[in-house]
Amino acid sequence: MAILRPAGDFDRTYEQDMALLRRPWHYWLLGISLLAAFTLPLWGDAYLISTANQIAYTVIAVQGLNILTGYTGQISLSQAAFMLVGGYASALLVIHAGFSFFIALPLAALAAGAIGLIFGLTSLRVKGFYLAFATLAAQFIIPWLSRHTFKEYLGGTDGAIEVPLPQLGGVNFGEVSNFYYISLVVLLVTTVLLFNISRTRLGRAFVSVRDNDLAAELLGVNLFTYKLRAFFIAAMLAGLAGAIKAHSQRGVGTEFGYSLNESIIFLGMLVIGGLGTNLGPFLGVAFIVLLEDFSNLLGGMLAGVFPELSGQLLTSFRPIFFGVALMLFLIYEPRGLAHRWQLLRAGWRLRPFAR
Amino acid sequence: MNWPLVPQQFVTGLLNGGTIGLIALGIVLIYKSSEVFNFAHGHLVMFGAFLTWWFTGGGAEAGGAVIDLPLWAALIAALIVSMGIGLLIERFALRPMTGQPLLAIMLMTLGLAQLIEGVTAILFGVELKSNFPAPFSPSDVLVIPFPGAFGDAIRLKYTLVATFAAATLAAALFIWFFNSTKTGLAMRATAEDHEVARAVGIKVRRVFGLSWGIAGVIATLGGVLLATVSGVSLNLSTVALIAFPAILLGGLESLGGALLGGFAIGLVQALVQASRLIEVRNSSEIAPYLLLLVVLLIRPEGLFGQKRIERV
Repeated sequence: MAILRPAGDFDRTYEQDMALLRRPWHYWLLGISLLAAFTLPLWGDAYLISTANQIAYTVIAVQGLNILTGYTGQISLSQAAFMLVGGYASALLVIHAGFSFFIALPLAALAAGAIGLIFGLTSLRVKGFYLAFATLAAQFIIPWLSRHTFKEYLGGTDGAIEVPLPQLGGVNFGEVSNFYYISLVVLLVTTVLLFNISRTRLGRAFVSVRDNDLAAELLGVNLFTYKLRAFFIAAMLAGLAGAIKAHSQRGVGTEFGYSLNESIIFLGMLVIGGLGTNLGPFLGVAFIVLLEDFSNLLGGMLAGVFPELSGQLLTSFRPIFFGVALMLFLIYEPRGLAHRWQLLRAGWRLRPFAR
Repeated sequence: MNWPLVPQQFVTGLLNGGTIGLIALGIVLIYKSSEVFNFAHGHLVMFGAFLTWWFTGGGAEAGGAVIDLPLWAALIAALIVSMGIGLLIERFALRPMTGQPLLAIMLMTLGLAQLIEGVTAILFGVELKSNFPAPFSPSDVLVIPFPGAFGDAIRLKYTLVATFAAATLAAALFIWFFNSTKTGLAMRATAEDHEVARAVGIKVRRVFGLSWGIAGVIATLGGVLLATVSGVSLNLSTVALIAFPAILLGGLESLGGALLGGFAIGLVQALVQASRLIEVRNSSEIAPYLLLLVVLLIRPEGLFGQKRIERV
């Protein structure tokens, strides 16, 4: 977001113009957050580490959705289904082809990307909520296929297969504190890639498709290839996230979620974080995951007080809080938490004068 | 194809399609008047079914409810409440979103759906309610001789016939209201153009509120009809989702198209089950979505929808 800069703040060299980190405090902030993220297993308790692990792989999936919905403006309700594809692909490669998890992971991303391309083809014909319906169809068809075809490989109607742990040297990835590093490193890689996508030709083409696809086409953006690229990247990141989730939960299948609800929650996370911003997925996912933990906590507490209602108390706060949070954000802050962060920064810079 | 089963499945599918069409009608109504595609309609359907169930004293087992109305009175009470809910939704969720982009409005209805799901769970519990008062017992069957069919007859459950009659009657009544009354005319004018409608003295906000109220009523009717066939549970919202393929098939702007689309989807689901292959039979839950993909690829505007011309 180097667009709104104070007067007199120039870039004098190409390197300065291209720099992601511009100010000393950028380095400090990045350094501190990286330090905190990498040392988390040393000082955090098990609950915090597993939450951080969950946030990490969810952020990857939401980053993919951000490319597709936030930058390119194509509404997708099938991100969870693409995660399922990635999870199965990685699991099957490890179990049946004997691949190492670290080779299966990028292959799973490619597999999910290929499936994403197939459903992305509809985006060439339709847009807006017609496209939402096409992806809705994907969200029903893919999990159904996983339950009803290739039963000996995909687990059939049980909707679950066991997934082995990654093997690397003597590290025990059964410990979430070790597995967390896998999610974290992949997340770092995808974050750097996406930061760069958003400010190169590809990202600008995506944004032009979002803002006005006809105008973009006239400017020489090939809608066919760019929409498909957005679908490919989104599904690929979903595949990565799905593979990591599958190996982290040591199981994959419709029993582990991957439902329409999850796809909706991903969209909600993206909107609450901020559509089309690089910071958005982090803020939105952290916000919703913490909100869900809080609602589970509240439900658990109330279930202790009213044990006869525990069935409904444990499950119903999560959708209520999510729904209300999403609605409030849409009404009062449709640009999401990332925009709040921008306002905070601007306010700090102009401190004595504005707000 | 298992041909002897086809006549039976054909009739059953058509009868089921009536309810799907009625549910689809509610979505089309809101889309036509305010260009909001209501993803929460399935949840309104579910909520309406739960409300009716509660008014008939269904919650009495849990020791809570004191209300114990006969089915018709419970239905009327539920219709009034759901109309109020429709009005509330329009006022507090959709009116602030006027003029917002498509994605934001879509997400608003999706958030609404989550909220309704949670509220339903907390008010009525999460388990399947099997004690919904059915007007007919499952053994009330009308047998029509039909040579060549399985058992040389088509068996019609009274419940199915009654839901079909109720659904088509409600849909016809509603289409008549939309096409032939003054309020309906105001709604159609609003659907054409908000500004022009205001210029001729139509209170556009009131029309929006009214259409959400009516949509709430239609949803509850649909929910009750679904519930008489399959019982009351949180799954009803997913069942009601197959109204979406019906709408796209019929065309987003066409009320009659929504009804016909409902019949078509009901038929497709039932006929798929008449197949000899178990894989095909199992696919009856996703067959509507496959049809949806085909419709989107071949004729995105549906059978009776308006083709969009885009101006820049």
